[in-house]
Amino acid sequence: MVQAQQEVAPSLNHPQDQQLALVEQVQAALARQTPLHIQGGGSKAFYGLPVQAEDRLELSPHRGVIAYEASELAITVRAGTRLAEVQALLAAQEQQLPFEPPHFGANATIGGAVACGLSGPSRPYLGSVRDAVLGVKLINGRGQVLSFGGRVMKNVAGYDVSRLMVGALGTLGVLLEVSLKVVPRPKVRVTLVQTCGPQEAIARMRHWARLPLSFTGSAWESGRLYARLCGSEEALAEATARIGGEPLSEEAAGRFWRDLREHRQRFFQSPEPLWRLSVAPATPLLELRGEQVIEWGGALRWYKTSVAPDELRVIARRAGGHATLFHYDASQLPHDGNVFAPLDPTTMRLTAAVKQAFDPSGMFNPGHLYRDF
Amino acid sequence: MQRIPDERVLQPRPEIIDRLRAILPEHCVLASPVELAAYECDGLPAFRQRPMVVVLPERIEQVQAVMRLCHAEQVPVVARGAGTGLSGGALPLSDGVLLSLAKFNQILEIDADNLRARVQPGVRNLAISEAAAPHGLYYAPDPSSQIACSIGGNVAENSGGVHCLKYGLTVHNIQHLKLVSVAGELFEVGSEALDAPGFDLLALMTGSEGMLGIIVEVTVKLLPRPERAQVLLAAFADVASAGAAVADIIAAGVTPAGLEMMDNPAICAAEDFVHAGYPRDAAAILICELDGTNAEVSMEVLRVRELLLAAGATQVRTAKDEAERTLFWKGRKSAFPAAGRISPDYYCMDGTIPRRELAHVLTRIDELSQAYGLGVANVFHAGDGNLHPLILYDANIPGELEKAEAFGGDILELCVEVGGTVTGEHGVGVEKLNQMCVQFNAEELAQFHALKAAFDPDGLLNPGKAVPTLHRCAEFGAMHVHKGELPFPDLPRF
Repeated sequence: MVQAQQEVAPSLNHPQDQQLALVEQVQAALARQTPLHIQGGGSKAFYGLPVQAEDRLELSPHRGVIAYEASELAITVRAGTRLAEVQALLAAQEQQLPFEPPHFGANATIGGAVACGLSGPSRPYLGSVRDAVLGVKLINGRGQVLSFGGRVMKNVAGYDVSRLMVGALGTLGVLLEVSLKVVPRPKVRVTLVQTCGPQEAIARMRHWARLPLSFTGSAWESGRLYARLCGSEEALAEATARIGGEPLSEEAAGRFWRDLREHRQRFFQSPEPLWRLSVAPATPLLELRGEQVIEWGGALRWYKTSVAPDELRVIARRAGGHATLFHYDASQLPHDGNVFAPLDPTTMRLTAAVKQAFDPSGMFNPGHLYRDF
Repeated sequence: MQRIPDERVLQPRPEIIDRLRAILPEHCVLASPVELAAYECDGLPAFRQRPMVVVLPERIEQVQAVMRLCHAEQVPVVARGAGTGLSGGALPLSDGVLLSLAKFNQILEIDADNLRARVQPGVRNLAISEAAAPHGLYYAPDPSSQIACSIGGNVAENSGGVHCLKYGLTVHNIQHLKLVSVAGELFEVGSEALDAPGFDLLALMTGSEGMLGIIVEVTVKLLPRPERAQVLLAAFADVASAGAAVADIIAAGVTPAGLEMMDNPAICAAEDFVHAGYPRDAAAILICELDGTNAEVSMEVLRVRELLLAAGATQVRTAKDEAERTLFWKGRKSAFPAAGRISPDYYCMDGTIPRRELAHVLTRIDELSQAYGLGVANVFHAGDGNLHPLILYDANIPGELEKAEAFGGDILELCVEVGGTVTGEHGVGVEKLNQMCVQFNAEELAQFHALKAAFDPDGLLNPGKAVPTLHRCAEFGAMHVHKGELPFPDLPRF
């Protein structure tokens, strides 16, 4: 167990603190005008577009917990800290990260989880990565070390730079430290399984979303609809009676949600490109060729499909959301060379201006988020 | 003390009023002194400034036309919602346009299947929950001013409320915004799904205090109403025990829907005002709301009751019915006006601290109160560490306002010192510009200015608010040496 660490100034001469070395590398790269490929554990290197930079900036040696006190519901860690290590530490205090991040590999780091902004099955119920971010320390494209946000739940001093880093894929700065909100780990949970088709599954998920019950996951896969709930024994007995279904054993339930989160199911293994369609949750079954898995109360639809990217983007936009080419090989890239949905011209111009404000020389992860920057 | 923190050279351009009249209906442009007087200040009346002109557009195209004109003519624009903000974020400029969104007051859609509401920015916070109620839904963030404050202002300030611990701030409860840029372009951030491609501009816009764009439509998330909510009221003989009880409840894995603390002066003021049944002899009370299903709430009430007693509560009461629950909350929600009854003026602070620092911070505030000779009543969103000391003063006594402001500044700097922040939910506005110099260094402030310039290169949107200039910080630093270090040592002083 980590003792209460009230020391606010992190120790730069701690052996696991690589801040000074990282700043030096960024400044050297700036002097040479050679862009950097920022890498944590490399577990999610497939996500986004390939980085157009040769030189690596390795974050995984910059690791370790800086502050964690359970009663503050917050943890501050260096960005290279392994996700698994953080989760084990929290679990020992009966706490957890609310957003249930996918690891996609044993070396996954907190910095990578924040930079990719990917949340797991609990996302609609307990919030996303960005919802949990309280503060960051980063190196900007001028080689300056800056801190934003903090370790407290509420903080509206200055622009919300911390949350802006989530999902930016390292294109705005090098994350050095991250403070995250944590939540109590439910003492009891249950996973209920029902048999139904995808259309019916969406309808049931939307019905559930209107009930005042403590859901922490919902998914449909291969003809089976899964609901995960947490709470006291009494509350779960009541909820089970209300929504129905067969309870899974604790082990089977744990395996199911882990495999879903980590994309280990058979569905995810086929060679076709994997598309992630994020849509308004009540969107009816999409008329698309190919197999699908549904998550997030209907708001997330995974497709293995060879339908043309342009068509998928239009379908997702009509459904109030967007389509991402999540897993692919180079031959499957859309014509415009982007895996993320194109932005309207004004938003794209502002997005480029934000990039310019943080990284004027284009030092960090060029081409990773959008092809052009 | 500098009352109006605007460092620009003023450029009054009265001909702009006629040009605004040419693009807006006549009743949408106000320029007579009587009409302008109503817009002199927001919820922080210590700062007042009459705007050059007020416009009240009724359609998005009109907002765009106003912005195109002001952009072309380089006239600054301050957006305003209901004007209930507590940090002077909507303080007008004497040579600027005050753009009121008050006429954007329609709820456009309640989409119960997707758990969302699409509304115009001038819609009142509470009106959203009222419109969603027939569907069994509500909008969670509930600032104390929820009967009056508008959702556009809530987004601009990232407003909180008493239920943030469990349900989050505004940023956690909105999905999509339509905005008008400084140049008059309409653009959107967020989506109807749970995320959006590209940078998280939705998060960036939330709490940006009208500095990056004009919000013209908001899509909020709705939640199913909990089956049951129950409130406990606990009295403590000392503030430290109440603080410890808060940590015990959180550490036990309970996430209350609300967890509020009031100290004795706040208890007495509220009790005299609304007769909520608070124990007047307690040093502190905690109000703890638990919500969920019947079964859950029944269990948790028992558990929290035990925790409170174990932490030294002298008395724990559970609201016996909905009327008493409402009454318990009424005392807390009327703490501000109650302070207004015991003192001619009060000044509301908004720092956030790590919970473990509570007793230390309250002791320091008490010492400062004695040193300044000004009373203080403390109300506290204890669950999330957000402290609202109400400094009691009399503006008619020369020098008291300045004294109250200096006292407030000291409290905010204390919050930063213990690892917290100068504003939890009220925003920086004009009020906390100096304290921003304490919380952020010159490079961090320069990064904020660069970000602002990405959206507003000419600095026309709400200039002078939210982020201080480095010049101002250097001046503030010169009179205010923090921990023996001169802030901004690299900046030229003049």
